[in-house]
Amino acid sequence: MIDQKELDDVDRQLINIVQLDFPLDPHPFRTLGEQISISEKEVISHLKKLTELGAIRKIGPIIDTRKIGGDSTLIAMRVPEHEINEVAMQINSFDEVSHNYLRPGTYNLWFTVSARSKSRLLEIFSEIKKMGYPFLDLPVERMFKIGVMFKV
Amino acid sequence: MNVIDMQLIKLTQNGIKLVPEPFKKIAVELNISEEDAVQRIGSLIDRGIIRRFGASIGHRALGIVANAMCVWNVPDKRIESVGTTMAGFDEVSHCYERARCQDWDYNLYTMVHARTQEECEHIAQEISRATGITDYTILFSEKEFKKTGVRI
Repeated sequence: MIDQKELDDVDRQLINIVQLDFPLDPHPFRTLGEQISISEKEVISHLKKLTELGAIRKIGPIIDTRKIGGDSTLIAMRVPEHEINEVAMQINSFDEVSHNYLRPGTYNLWFTVSARSKSRLLEIFSEIKKMGYPFLDLPVERMFKIGVMFKV
Repeated sequence: MNVIDMQLIKLTQNGIKLVPEPFKKIAVELNISEEDAVQRIGSLIDRGIIRRFGASIGHRALGIVANAMCVWNVPDKRIESVGTTMAGFDEVSHCYERARCQDWDYNLYTMVHARTQEECEHIAQEISRATGITDYTILFSEKEFKKTGVRI
């Protein structure tokens, strides 16, 4: 974990800008530098530091699976506690599972599936059904915010 | 979306390099210009295929170690305004409407991030007060089994 004192103002500014307003031009780091009055070299060294610290995981595209003919959903499954690790590993073995968490409550295993096609999602569904645990299928109907954190 | 666009996503989805011209090598590989590469990314964003192009944040490294999925039962006719209000909270990273299920009335999902579980609970209370939605549950993540992000 990063001690907040380790982050300076430039780090904070960069984290906030690069989440949503990453400049799409051949010299993005130079452009970022111009926006906050530092050099391209400094931008790159700050971003490298933030990446090494794990504060930035990657800079890249966040894809909408449905727009490329795929389909995705969130599944909440009810698994007996003593079986949870084994079932979680079985779920993880699908490449299409991108997130998988243990949460408290009746439905305790929560995972997102993102498949390249609707038919592949149905295939995964039938595999999951075979496991025999009750589950909820919770596809997205509408998005209001898509994974950004400001004011770090 | 054509083959080049697909390749462009594949070559950037694990993160671009932190170098002065991060699109140069990619452009050479695809036999297009750097300008064309960034324009194509812009167009993929405009078409909604890429939801955003930018940094994914490592919450844990930033000391934001408590992650709560708050699920809310929002009357259908209020979903638009409530979703927008919830998305406006800085501590909320994701805000999605999802399908309701039998024996599961919750239809709005927010991911709330903070330093402690108490802080998450406090934020949920504030959200509840701001929106008037009182039927909600907080599901903390007790264990992360998988987190890879969506890839094609």
